[in-house]
Amino acid sequence: MAEVRIENLKKSFGAVEVLKDIDLHVEDGSFVVLVGPSGCGKSTLLRSIAGLEPVTDGTITIGGRKVNDLAPAQREIAMVFQSYALYPHMDVAANMGFGLKFAGTPKAEIEARVGEAARILQLEPLLKRRPRELSGGQRQRVAIGRAIVRKPQVFLFDEPLSNLDAALRINTRVEIAKLHKLLAATIVYVTHDQVEAMTLADKIVVMNHGRIEQQGKPLELYYKPANLFVAGFIGSPAMNFFPGTVTPDGIDLGADGMLAVPLPAAGLGCKVTLGIRPEHMRIAGDEGGGPRLAAVVELVERLGETGYVHLRLPSGTVAIAEIRGDTGLRTGDHAAVALDPAHLHLFGPDGRRIS
Amino acid sequence: MRKPLSAFMVHAILGLYTLLALFPIVLVVMNSFKAKRAIFNTPLRPPLPSNFDPIGYARVFDDSSLAFYYLNSITVTVGTIFFTLLFGAMAAWALTEYKFRWNTLLALFLSIGIMVPIRLGSVAIIQLVAELNLINTLTALILVYTAQNLPLAIFILSEFIAQIPKDLREAARCDGLSEYNIFFHIILPLIRPAMATVAVFTMIPVWNDLWFPLLLAPAGGKQTITLGVQQFLGQYITDWNAVLAALSTAIVPVLLLYVIFSRQLIRGLTSGAVK
Repeated sequence: MAEVRIENLKKSFGAVEVLKDIDLHVEDGSFVVLVGPSGCGKSTLLRSIAGLEPVTDGTITIGGRKVNDLAPAQREIAMVFQSYALYPHMDVAANMGFGLKFAGTPKAEIEARVGEAARILQLEPLLKRRPRELSGGQRQRVAIGRAIVRKPQVFLFDEPLSNLDAALRINTRVEIAKLHKLLAATIVYVTHDQVEAMTLADKIVVMNHGRIEQQGKPLELYYKPANLFVAGFIGSPAMNFFPGTVTPDGIDLGADGMLAVPLPAAGLGCKVTLGIRPEHMRIAGDEGGGPRLAAVVELVERLGETGYVHLRLPSGTVAIAEIRGDTGLRTGDHAAVALDPAHLHLFGPDGRRIS
Repeated sequence: MRKPLSAFMVHAILGLYTLLALFPIVLVVMNSFKAKRAIFNTPLRPPLPSNFDPIGYARVFDDSSLAFYYLNSITVTVGTIFFTLLFGAMAAWALTEYKFRWNTLLALFLSIGIMVPIRLGSVAIIQLVAELNLINTLTALILVYTAQNLPLAIFILSEFIAQIPKDLREAARCDGLSEYNIFFHIILPLIRPAMATVAVFTMIPVWNDLWFPLLLAPAGGKQTITLGVQQFLGQYITDWNAVLAALSTAIVPVLLLYVIFSRQLIRGLTSGAVK
């Protein structure tokens, strides 16, 4: 396995810049997840690492070797495609051994490696089947198997779970996490699903408009998002945002009232955005202190032990608060919402976090 | 649910068309087994012991040059199919997969070939073939037929190649295959049904063609069977027995080729349907 280093990477399609100055370090044996909305450039970045997409500027090194001008096969990478991309006219064993056959690997070794991968992925009974005779989950495992047999320096996954149904997706996610431990593999993984990102990653890289917005450990991104985009993207349901102004008494939320919170580093009169996650908002009775807001209940979603209350504030801002157990709240009820001051996030006018 | 009546109608119409299409062929085959007098007196009567006469076949098989004409036809047809499929698929792959400067223009240029009949260029072709010293060779015929069939072949095959998912080619590139290997090991197996279609479309007009054999290889033992049959047609006497027998036997090889390709065709269709 090897580390991947990307420096000042740029990529344009004609006049459109899809990757702008990407700097990324994937440590040896780590699991890095690229996440972001559609069109943010995450797949392009992955394909650039794979060598399927030529880059405009910058360098990519894999295991200390600059690979910019190398063909995909020479980069010692293996890619798992969203569509699995299994060769339809070959059986499972041939699919997995296909690359090795052309690399001139002896037949006995191909068989040994394919057998080993099949054992790890429990594909042994399926080796003689064609891809069209397999279920979605099985095809997915074959695609991973095809990557494993090549013993690559880096595994690249391009949204590998998006074609699976919900139950299978969770299973396969766990399988991939186990596989990562088993193979001690360096993995770069693209997804738009932030749950996958949170559960799998050693390091999450959040991308937007061709830029890296923030990279770090999953919980670091969760608790200390660097800007509004990351704050809104990581976490489900998304973080609540309230626009306000800094005043000597706290933060003025306009029609929604004044929040008495410790004054931020930003100057008086500064326009800020206050952010708080649903789980740090509590539907309060009259008791207890701390900053609170008045709101009307629009909708209550009960998921079982937890639930979400959709609230409308006087200014029209919509917020979601998490509830536990049965609160008896109903649509149209007036409620006071207490905010946990320890988990308030403040973002300046430029969207950056203010500590 | 399909109504049984409409299914019956469909089959009735198809059956009628089949009868119509097969009638001349059946007539030729039937009469090839009959005595000359019977051919003219009762052309619609099937061969019976009373009028049976295999003299036509005897003459055809006795004539050693005819065997060569068959071989010539088979060589030309198979050669044409081979080169049309090979170059057609390669060109189609290049035009769909690679972006290069004259890509669109080249595709357009090739599609003009579908619209302009090659026979318009007969004079120029004769001159060219004569210059190349290829008159009375099968090479000339194969070259001309390949050129004639390439535009449509490229057109059909590039449609099919465009439908092969991009991921598949990229997976092959990650697997370390060269572009030639991707073409021969991934693309060709996947467009087999399309190639069978092209082969059938190519084969029949080439087998039946009289024009270019007459212009480019009319002598020197390089005649094709359609041309070879002409030797039985005289200005004053026509050996109808031999003509009909030769035509009947000429059906066999093309039928055989068709069976081979249509099996591919059906296999391709059903394998695609399961996906």
